Amino acid sequence: MKTNDIILQACTKIVLFIIILFSVHMFFAGHYEPGGGFIGGLMTSGALVLLMLAFDMRTIKKILPIDYKILTAIGLLFAVGTAAGALFFNVPFLTHAFGHVDLPILGDTSLHTATLFDLGVYFVVIGVTMTIIQTIGEDGE
Amino acid sequence: MIEEIVRVVVVILIIVGAFLNLVSAVGVLRLPDVYTRNHAASKAATLGIVSILLATFLYYYVEVGHFNARLILAMVFLFITSPVAGHLINRAAYNSGVKLWDKSVQDDLKKEMQQNSKPKRMKLSK
Repeated sequence: MKTNDIILQACTKIVLFIIILFSVHMFFAGHYEPGGGFIGGLMTSGALVLLMLAFDMRTIKKILPIDYKILTAIGLLFAVGTAAGALFFNVPFLTHAFGHVDLPILGDTSLHTATLFDLGVYFVVIGVTMTIIQTIGEDGE
Repeated sequence: MIEEIVRVVVVILIIVGAFLNLVSAVGVLRLPDVYTRNHAASKAATLGIVSILLATFLYYYVEVGHFNARLILAMVFLFITSPVAGHLINRAAYNSGVKLWDKSVQDDLKKEMQQNSKPKRMKLSK
């Protein structure tokens, strides 16, 4: 019997945006408040898993054609790249820099290269979690 | 003056929320079958938790002066997701054949399911 999942799907469509916004907030709050790349990545992959529960795997692959193994690689590249970038300025490996920058719309913003490192962690966590869940989930089909 | 009023409201909200959660826990223990237990767990606990969150939000807004938007987001989130979770648990229980309480008198879904499954079987036999 084909089940009717309309309540779950409609709820997912609304709740997904709340979860993803909150995970992005968690990612950017990491410098001054609890949060950071790891928990943000876990929460984003949680949102993607909810999407996979409500719809089927093939639809999700059509909407988000992402190879999560490549996403993991990109994340590691970000982490190693920000760490190795310090070597160009004659400072030890993993030295970070920060400063206040006047951006056109946002105004005075304090930017830190640790955010790029965190972005790497974020991508790696999403990539690894989604790879594990997809490889386990695809066995059944 | 307004701070005193808010303080009283916060205390009342927390007590009401804790009481509702207690009522829901007692309901889960006392009620006879899955469906009525789920009814107690998903309704009363949702309202209890949301009122505790509202009290927390009001306390931090008035006493500390901190507008915590995450608490509002949590309230909206719980109000959306918790009834849906209850619905899904109940539906899974019904579809896997969990019996209703012996003294239940009405089961409209059963009739509906039988009507829906009849033409399906015809199609399969073709």
